[in-house]
Formats: sequence, C-alpha cells, structure tokens
Amino acid sequence: MGSRASTLLRDEELEEIKKETGFSHSQITRLYSRFTSLDKGENGTLSREDFQRIPELAINPLGDRIINAFFPEGEDQVNFRGFMRTLAHFRPIEDNEKSKDVNGPEPLNSRSNKLHFAFRLYDLDKDEKISRDELLQVCRGAPGELVLGLCLLIIVGRNCSFL
Amino acid sequence: MLRAALSLLALPLAGAAEEPTQKPESPGEPPPGLELFRWQWHEVEAPYLVALWILVASLAKIVFHLSRKVTSLVPESCLLILLGLVLGGIVLAVAKKAEYQLEPGTFFLFLLPPIVLDSGYFMPSRLFFDNLGAILTYAVVGTLWNAFTTGAALWGLQQAGLVAPRVQAGLLDFLLFGSLISAVDPVAVLAVFEEVHVNETLFIIVFGESLLNDAVTVVLYKVCNSFVEMGSANVQATDYLKGVASLFVVSLGGAAVGLVFAFLLALTTRFTKRVRIIEPLLVFLLAYAAYLTAEMASLSAILAVTMCGLGCKKYVEANISHKSRTTVKYTMKTLASCAETVIFMLLGISAVDSSKWAWDSGLVLGTLIFILFFRALGVVLQTWVLNQFRLVPLDKIDQVVMSYGGLRGAVAFALVILLDRTKVPAKDYFVATTIVVVFFTVIVQGLTIKPLVKWLKVKRSEHHKPTLNQELHEHTFDHILAAVEDVVGHHGYHYWRDRWEQFDKKYLSQLLMRRSAYRIRDQIWDVYYRLNIRDAISFVDQGGHVLSSTGLTLPSMPSRNSVAETSVTNLLRRESGSGACLDLQVIDTVRSGRDREDAVMHHLLCGGLYKPRRRYKASCSRHFISEDAQERQDKEVFQQNMKRRLESFKSTKHNICFTKSKPRPRKTGRRKARLPSGTPLRSWRLTACGFEPPSVRIQLRGTPSWTVLRDLVTTEV
Repeated sequence: MGSRASTLLRDEELEEIKKETGFSHSQITRLYSRFTSLDKGENGTLSREDFQRIPELAINPLGDRIINAFFPEGEDQVNFRGFMRTLAHFRPIEDNEKSKDVNGPEPLNSRSNKLHFAFRLYDLDKDEKISRDELLQVCRGAPGELVLGLCLLIIVGRNCSFL
Repeated sequence: MLRAALSLLALPLAGAAEEPTQKPESPGEPPPGLELFRWQWHEVEAPYLVALWILVASLAKIVFHLSRKVTSLVPESCLLILLGLVLGGIVLAVAKKAEYQLEPGTFFLFLLPPIVLDSGYFMPSRLFFDNLGAILTYAVVGTLWNAFTTGAALWGLQQAGLVAPRVQAGLLDFLLFGSLISAVDPVAVLAVFEEVHVNETLFIIVFGESLLNDAVTVVLYKVCNSFVEMGSANVQATDYLKGVASLFVVSLGGAAVGLVFAFLLALTTRFTKRVRIIEPLLVFLLAYAAYLTAEMASLSAILAVTMCGLGCKKYVEANISHKSRTTVKYTMKTLASCAETVIFMLLGISAVDSSKWAWDSGLVLGTLIFILFFRALGVVLQTWVLNQFRLVPLDKIDQVVMSYGGLRGAVAFALVILLDRTKVPAKDYFVATTIVVVFFTVIVQGLTIKPLVKWLKVKRSEHHKPTLNQELHEHTFDHILAAVEDVVGHHGYHYWRDRWEQFDKKYLSQLLMRRSAYRIRDQIWDVYYRLNIRDAISFVDQGGHVLSSTGLTLPSMPSRNSVAETSVTNLLRRESGSGACLDLQVIDTVRSGRDREDAVMHHLLCGGLYKPRRRYKASCSRHFISEDAQERQDKEVFQQNMKRRLESFKSTKHNICFTKSKPRPRKTGRRKARLPSGTPLRSWRLTACGFEPPSVRIQLRGTPSWTVLRDLVTTEV
C-alpha cells in the first residue's frame, strides 16, 4: 500500500507541496496514503461524503465546519494539494529568524494564518464577521453550564453589544 | 518554652496529687478530705500537647506575617524550620533531653495525608494529563537515575578514601541511602513554589514529579532495605527481577486503589441529598481510607490519594451542595496548611537531638554536591529526549528552574529515621547527612529560588480565572483538534481525550452524577423564561402590541429538547402557588382596556388573599440543615417582588421612570433573612421603554438557586 502510494505521487509534486506547506518527506507520504484510503472513488479527489464516512467526525459537534474548511469556495471536490494546504495550518509554529523569508508569502502555519483559519470556522456565512447567533452555534459543542452561562450573558447583553 | 515549663511543673504537682490517694493504704489513718482541686495532667497530656503544638505553630505564622518585608524575602518553610531549631534548643536546655521528634509513624499516618489529599483534589487535571508524559519520565526515570548515580558516587567516594572508615557502609547501603535522598519532596516543593508563582507548566511538571515519584521511592527503599537485610551475598538474580516487577505492582496498584475509592466516593455522594451534613465527612473519610488501604497493602499511598482526588473531583463537585463544597475546600486547605507547618517545625526540632546523628564531613559534602550535580545532569538529559516529542519544548531556563527546584524534605527524613541501626550501622551518619541536605534545600534553595526566577525572567503564572470567553474557545479548539486528528487518522492525545470524554458522558456521568445535577440547567432555563416573560408583559402593557418575534428569541439548545417543549403555561402555573400569579392571557392575546382592568383586579386579589407568612424557627438541629426552608422563603420574597414589579408596570403607561429601591421584607424570628433574592432584578431599572439592563456584570446574591448563576455571571466576558 505504501509503495503504491509513493509511486503515484510524483517527486516534483512532493517538492512543491513541501515548499508550500513545510511538511517533511515522510509526513507527506503518510498523509498521501491516508488521502488515498479516504478516497473511495479513487479519482484523486475527496468529496464531502468521503469525510463524513469517518465515524468520529460525525459525533463531533464541529465536524461539519471542519469538513467545509477543506473545500474551497463553492467547490465540492478537494485534491491532494488542497488537502495538504488545509492541514498545513496545524503544523507547529516555527519561530526561527533565519528561515523567515521576508519577501515571500507568510507560511501557512504562522500565527495570523492560524487565527484566520479559526475565524473562518466560526464565521458561517462568510461575511468576515462573527454574529451573536454564530457564536451561539459554536456553543452547541460546549458543556452544559458553559452554554447556559453564555446564554444568560446574551440575555443580559441583549441591548448592548458584547464581543 | 511555656509548654516545657508546664510539663516540668506538672510533674511535681502530679506527684503531689497522687500522694493523697496512696494514704488510705497505710492502715489506721483516716482518709483525707474531699479535694477541691486536682491536677490531672496525665489524663490530658497527649491531646493537650498536640493542641499546643499546633497553636504554637499558628501563632508563629501570625508573628511572621506581621512583617511584610520578611515574608516577601524568606519563604515560610524556612522560618518555620528556624523556629523549630530555636524551640528544640530551648527544650533541650530546659529538659536536658530531646523530647519531641518527627516520628515516622505520626508523619506517614497523620501529617502527610492531608497535604497529599489537598494537592490531589485541587490538581488541575487538564494540565496534569497534558504533561503526563513529561511528569512520568521525570518521576520514574529521573528518580532511578538520581538514586543510582548518587549511591554509586558516594560509594566511589568511600573507595577513594574521602569518607572516614568509621562509616561502615557497603555499596548496598549507599544505594539505600541514595534512594531515600534522591526523591523530590511534595511538601517542600509546594511550600516553596507556592510563593514563587512560576508558570503552570513548570509548576505542574515539578509538582507532579514530586507526587508520582513516591511509588519509585517506596519500591527502591523497600527493595534496597530487604537486600541489605538479606545481606549482599544472598541476593539473587530473581530478586532483581522481583524488584522491577514490584515497581509496576506498587505504582499501578496504588493508582488502582485510589480510583476504586474515587468511584465509591462519587457513587456515595450521589445519594446524600437528604443528609447534606455528612458530605464533607465522606470526602475526607474515603480519601483517607484510600491512603490507609494502600499503606496497608504496601502500595504507593501518595499515588492512591492523588488518583482518588483527581478521579472523584468532577462528580463530587457536581453532587454535593454548595455549602459542602466550600466546607471541603476550606477544611482541606486548613488541614494541609496546619500539617505543613507542624512538619517543618518538627524538622527543626528533631535536628537538635545530637544523640541521633554523627557527623562526617566527607559524606555530607559529597552528598550535597552529588545530588545537585546529578539532578541537573538528569534533567538536561531527559529534557533533551522529551523535547523530541513535545509540542512546546522545555527551554533552558525551564530546565534550570526544574533542577534547582528539586527540593528534598520531610519524607527523606522520615525514611532515614525508619532505618534499622542493627542492619545499617552507618545510620547515624546518614541521619546527619539527611538533616543537612533537607535544611540546605529548604533554606538555601528556598531563599534563593525567588531571586533566581526573577533574574532569569521565568514566565510567571497569570492569576485570574479563565474568562467564560476563554473557556468557550478552548473547548471549541479541543473539538477542532480532535476532528483534525480524526481526518488525518492519527490516534493522538486529542483523540484519546475525546474518546474518554464520550465514554464519561455516556456511562460514568449517568452512574455517578446526581440526576439533579441536571436540575441546575432547569433553574437557569427558569430564569431565562421569566426574563423573557417580563419583557413580553412590558411589550403588551405598552399599548397591547402583538408579541413580535424580535423580543423573544429562544436559541435552540439541542441538549434540552424536552424543556423547549415545556410550554410557557406550565412555568407560569408553577408560580401560582403564592404571590405573583401571572395569567397566561396577559401575554397571548391583545387585550382591551376592560380586560386589563380585570387582570389587575385579579392580581390584586390574589396578592391580598395570600396567607400570612409562616414563622420560620431557627433550626439548630445537628442532623440536617433545612435548606429547603430557606429556598422556599427566598422564592416567596422573589415572587412578592415580581408581583410588585408587575404592578409598577401599569404605571409605565404614564411614562414614569423610577428606580426600584423598596426595602426588602425582613423575616421575623431569629433567622435573619438573607437579603436580596430581589436584588438581581432590582438592579434592572425601569424606564418608559421597558427594561434597561445594568452593565454586564450583575452581582447576584442570595437564593440557593441563584448561587450557580452567581458563579457564572460574575465572571467577565
């Protein structure tokens, strides 16, 4: 399984992904085998159903949003590059001055890009703002007292804006 | 001093008191008259002395804190040890022999459990499990490394002739000594780090290490002790294997005992609804029983209590009443602080008894240097390995603090006193060395760690409780990370933690948490509905508009679907028992003026026909606290206020703005009413346009049903 996967991934592609996302060689190979195992239709792209087939994701209250985060605007299929691009947000931050390329684009796992990603997860209607209802939607994953505490605050803050 | 004098005085007096009773033995003499006054010192001696000790320690603490300058520089533990030295010197001078010692039995059975229980119960479990890998590494590998290297180095020192030959100790003896001196002590670490406030990760690693290394210390000590008793010639290969196996047995067994008792505790507190008074007692008893059971089975007692506290906390806090929670918290803190004080004082006093120790400079100096050096080396090596796996690496400054913060304390001292002098002839030298090491670490390292931390600019801890906002986002991020781990297919930390939480929610919480722990949510829903109802009423009263949906937005809460179905009618009807009786019709329909008059009359009559309030006797029963009476009271007051507010609604038609400042009704009888169940609503000012809420921070006090709200709402967003 492993060897078949690595032959399907060309070396140039691997290099490009490595430069773009910062993953190491072995990590990219492993993620590619995961990608192909998720891809039941074997057409090189993943659809939403492929993600929903993961059992634990179904019970995760924020599962849907994560799935949506993989798919760029309006599309229903994500290829391996897109997959890796989203996952690159989750790499640990590297703070070394030497490798920082001032002229190039910010790496995908920089602090501000991570924050952007998280913001996009909260912002369902993509209007670059988090409304009170969207925040309440996020609450659905939170434990009981937290939900109701926030609920109470929203009651109180009904006439004033908070956030 | 007083006490010594007291005991000295008591002896002749007691002797004098005994004489009269001996007289009747001599025949023919008339019995003495009735004694007006007898000195019964012996009967109260033991408990009196214990009480006096604790009193002296507490008074000393008060005296220390009189000077802020001293306490900011010197940690309390130092001052207590020095005080102990002084007291010990005085007792020695007066009584010519050392009276009081740190007895290992008292220490392990009475003084250590409160401290460990307190730290286990209040351990931040999330932080602990996040860093569990590091903690276990330092605890197990680190302690083993320290023990073996220190023992071997001391033996090497002896071979090199730097240790006087009168110290008769072989390799095994040195290993035994190494094992007991190498353990980082939880009491000392807590005492010193509490005042230093380093960042939480650092603290939890050092502190967790000090707790978990107990298992390793116990095993090493016992194994080496039995090897020494058997004699080094008789040790076989199987014994080594048994030693390794016993490490697993002791640690896992201790943890298992703790978890069993945690389960029992959580289960019992589920049923204490009617007997609230025994809840704190249950917590302490079962935790102490865990300690004793583990001690009895020669398992790691500290691990047992730590696991008990960690495991039971969530369920116990949900089950017991608010008052019990406070009681448990403060009693634990008091007991722990008291035990800590007594331990340090007794350490100081025990050092004075020179009959128990013998000095050897080579041994002492060697030990000091070796424990510092090998600890530093061990920390560096282990951190290098750990940083390959950790997300947030431990940098050099953290390592310095960790190696410097490895304090030895009373546990080492108690263990060394327990040694058998016939089997270990060098015991006295070991005792002296241990005393010096403990004093050095607590005093010198304790004094210098604060300036060191400041100089190195170690990251300090933030003091405030996390805001509601922070908690919410942290929780969200947990879910996100777990989801990403699922996508990637990596069964990492978040995956397992998620799985554990699912299991907990489905099975454990159902079993161990009281049904009414869910009731708290109902009460909050109650509040929410009432507030909305009041809004609705205000809408209606301002000209009878049909209720628009903009006023009443009920977000859908999936977890309480049943409540969403509960109609507003039911909620209102519940309140019709006394006081404010809200008619459903006030909300639903558009009313004509005539109907409104009818409603007003109806309400007035309801209020007027209300039965006079019962006198509430103050209940001094020791068997139960009648909390329900108070709840009922406060509910009534609340509803009276509601009713009054409703009536003031009528006057909003006339555009009157006023703030409510009616005095609350005071209860008759000896019970003083806890004032404001009316307060929360009172702070909402009534204006012509309806309710204007106060600033976001509401101070809610009073009713038991409001206490949960108070905890929630007084946190800032």
